Amino acid sequence: MIKEPTPQEIEAGKIYATMGMSDGEFQMVKDILGRLPNYTELGLFSVMWSEHCSYKNSKVLLRGFPTKGERVLQGPGEGAGIVDIGDGQAVVFKIESHNHPSAVEPFQAAATGVGGIVRDVFSMGARPIASLNSLRFGELDNARTKYLFTEVVAGIASYGNSLGVPTVGGEIYFDPCYAGNPLCNAMCVGLINHEDIQKGVARGEGNTVMYVGADTGRDGIHGATFASEELTEETEKQRPDVQAGDPYLEKLLLEACLEVVKHPALVGIQDMGAAGLISSSCEMASKAGMGMEMYLDQVPQRDAGMTPYEMMLSESQERMLLVIEKGREDEIRQIFARYGLVAVDVGKVTSDKYMRLFHKGQVVAEVPADALASQAPEYNKPRREAEYYKEFQQIEAKLAPIADYNATLLALLRQPSIASKQWAYQQFDYQVRTSTVVPPGSDAAVVRVKGKNKALAMTTDCNSRYVYLDPFVGGQIAVAESARNIVASGGKPLAVTDNLNFGSPENPEIFWQMEQSIKGISDACLVLDTPVIGGNVSMYNERSGKAIYPTPTIGMVGLVEDLAHITTQHFKADGDLIYIIGETKPEYGGSELQKMQLQGEIEGRPPVIDMQVEKASQDAMLAAIKAGLVASAHDISEGGAAVALAEALFTQADAKLGADVDMALADHAMLFAESQSRFVLSVKPANQGAFEGLVPAAKLVGKVNASGQLKVAVNGVAALTLDVKMMQESWEMAIPCLLKSEE
Amino acid sequence: MFNAKIYVTLRESILDPAGKAAEATLQNLGYKGASKLRIGKYITMAVQADSLEAAAAQVDEICQKLLANNVMEDYSFDIE
Repeated sequence: MIKEPTPQEIEAGKIYATMGMSDGEFQMVKDILGRLPNYTELGLFSVMWSEHCSYKNSKVLLRGFPTKGERVLQGPGEGAGIVDIGDGQAVVFKIESHNHPSAVEPFQAAATGVGGIVRDVFSMGARPIASLNSLRFGELDNARTKYLFTEVVAGIASYGNSLGVPTVGGEIYFDPCYAGNPLCNAMCVGLINHEDIQKGVARGEGNTVMYVGADTGRDGIHGATFASEELTEETEKQRPDVQAGDPYLEKLLLEACLEVVKHPALVGIQDMGAAGLISSSCEMASKAGMGMEMYLDQVPQRDAGMTPYEMMLSESQERMLLVIEKGREDEIRQIFARYGLVAVDVGKVTSDKYMRLFHKGQVVAEVPADALASQAPEYNKPRREAEYYKEFQQIEAKLAPIADYNATLLALLRQPSIASKQWAYQQFDYQVRTSTVVPPGSDAAVVRVKGKNKALAMTTDCNSRYVYLDPFVGGQIAVAESARNIVASGGKPLAVTDNLNFGSPENPEIFWQMEQSIKGISDACLVLDTPVIGGNVSMYNERSGKAIYPTPTIGMVGLVEDLAHITTQHFKADGDLIYIIGETKPEYGGSELQKMQLQGEIEGRPPVIDMQVEKASQDAMLAAIKAGLVASAHDISEGGAAVALAEALFTQADAKLGADVDMALADHAMLFAESQSRFVLSVKPANQGAFEGLVPAAKLVGKVNASGQLKVAVNGVAALTLDVKMMQESWEMAIPCLLKSEE
Repeated sequence: MFNAKIYVTLRESILDPAGKAAEATLQNLGYKGASKLRIGKYITMAVQADSLEAAAAQVDEICQKLLANNVMEDYSFDIE
């Protein structure tokens, strides 16, 4: 065991700096305590004041989000946000990052990422019904990236499949900017009855604090601080011990907790996530305006000789902290015992607002709960309009002439960000719980609400190339595209959870990216009436000084009011009419085509978005779906209309369907333009009159036929003709081929 | 030709769900005295090298590169 430094040694040797604490913050700690902190106390402050737990750098920007709405039952600040879906039911969801651990131990990081977000949802009292993942890696051209990608996918599959929560969707992007710092964002969606909603509060002086779940080990100590630092070659060596997950234990914990939340003796419940025991305890105390005494000798320990510092900061998985009415502990203990779980009394609620930790008969830490939880320092970092942005605003995105449209479409379909993600999602159990109506592979996943004639549509989205080129517009587009996915699936967008992945906030240009994209997201959320009900911030996503593209991933859930509204992206029958809603413009900045032509580079301005036009497009689309007039609907995004048309023809059983399309465009290349606010949809001939009456702006561009070929003309001149089966093969085999190729 | 016996075990601080499950089952079977059960891997391998030292160096490198996940596992080996 390492001997802990004394308070004097901490100050003289600036040991706080090694925990990521600044001189100014150390002074604040001294002022709060009126003395020097000991090593344990310093540890508590350093993790609770890390960006990961306190949002000290981002809070000033996060306040700009619209968080209120008619349906919002719980906004940001609890384990997860909650939105009303009628019938006394509500949907609970949140997204969270596991980026830094994924770069070190991808399998366990991805697995515990799933476990952590699922706990956030069931700690609210909700039954988890689906998970999604937003993943970003470098290009699949080197062994390291292939390893990270395959291990992250395997980790998600291993944990999610064992736990019995279906992994129904998400997104996977590949871009050189993520090569050193992959992103792994996990989202969980749960269902709850209004009366079962729980909060993480420690009310009632004298009530008992109870610990349940896995033993506390030395794993993940300072994980939260680690997540708030830039990755360097050095961090590879001084990494914390990796947390390993146990999905079978989580399953027991889940079922037991869902039973306990219905018990009247339960006062509050919270997951022990980042910064484990200390964050859950002091947050519960602080939210209730109370304090807490904890007796650390009672904490179940996996390793011998653990210090208070290690116990409080450990990030061992599958643990929950509960507050139980005094005198009724055994009633709760009996419930857990039936699931083979040991629940231990580890403390009690006090009224003096202090966190007081006892170990071996001594007070080892005595700190105001609010100082740790709600009074963390807050910074308003300098920001500066990025130089590259000023340049890009002046550049008209160049486009190399396209000689062969067939070859270009095939090449686009093979781009890993566009190509089929079947290689990944076929490893996921997306059908467990038997409610998945639309599995991975369409615009949004749709999961039925059992016993009711309704469903939830869910998606994650963010085109970070747009956000990089113009953070405000990119932020708007991320929300708009998520909503478009929900609408195309037949759902009404309800609310947003966001995962803000950025580089270092110390860089004024990155802080500016963050400010602008949050403004863009907020603007879009206001127009589309989708408040932000929670989320997560992940900063310092850099590798040796090079930041990722700003990536504010949007997780969105929508309500499908009638199962008959569920719509997929695939064309259905010979003879159906094909329409496009929305204007196509010559917009190539940040497009898949540009990235392909410039070998990974992008430049210029992203597509323009007018949120009012977007709203009108979505309203028209949803109205037509609800009227029962739409056979298929697909959002037009990466790769433009040509790719969207091809995708609408994929995954048929015998590939006999084809399409004959003629678009009126100023230029053939516009087939690949990524203009916003567009849908491609199909309508049965019998519904033509009704549909055109309802959506006069939709343009009839062609027909579904039985040729097994996609033929696209521009202004009557043939542009491309491709066999559907052959296209689909290119699209499906792209990722497996890259993984197998040796380089 | 040298023969190596390699032991790969989870680092002490890493949770071992399989070991825990086996240990719990032992308790249920009545082996109350059994505890601290950890499950690892035992690997055998033959290597061609000029000397015992060279063989050991090679095995060590192989363990680092492939057989052990250095983030989570420790390894040791006997060679003769």
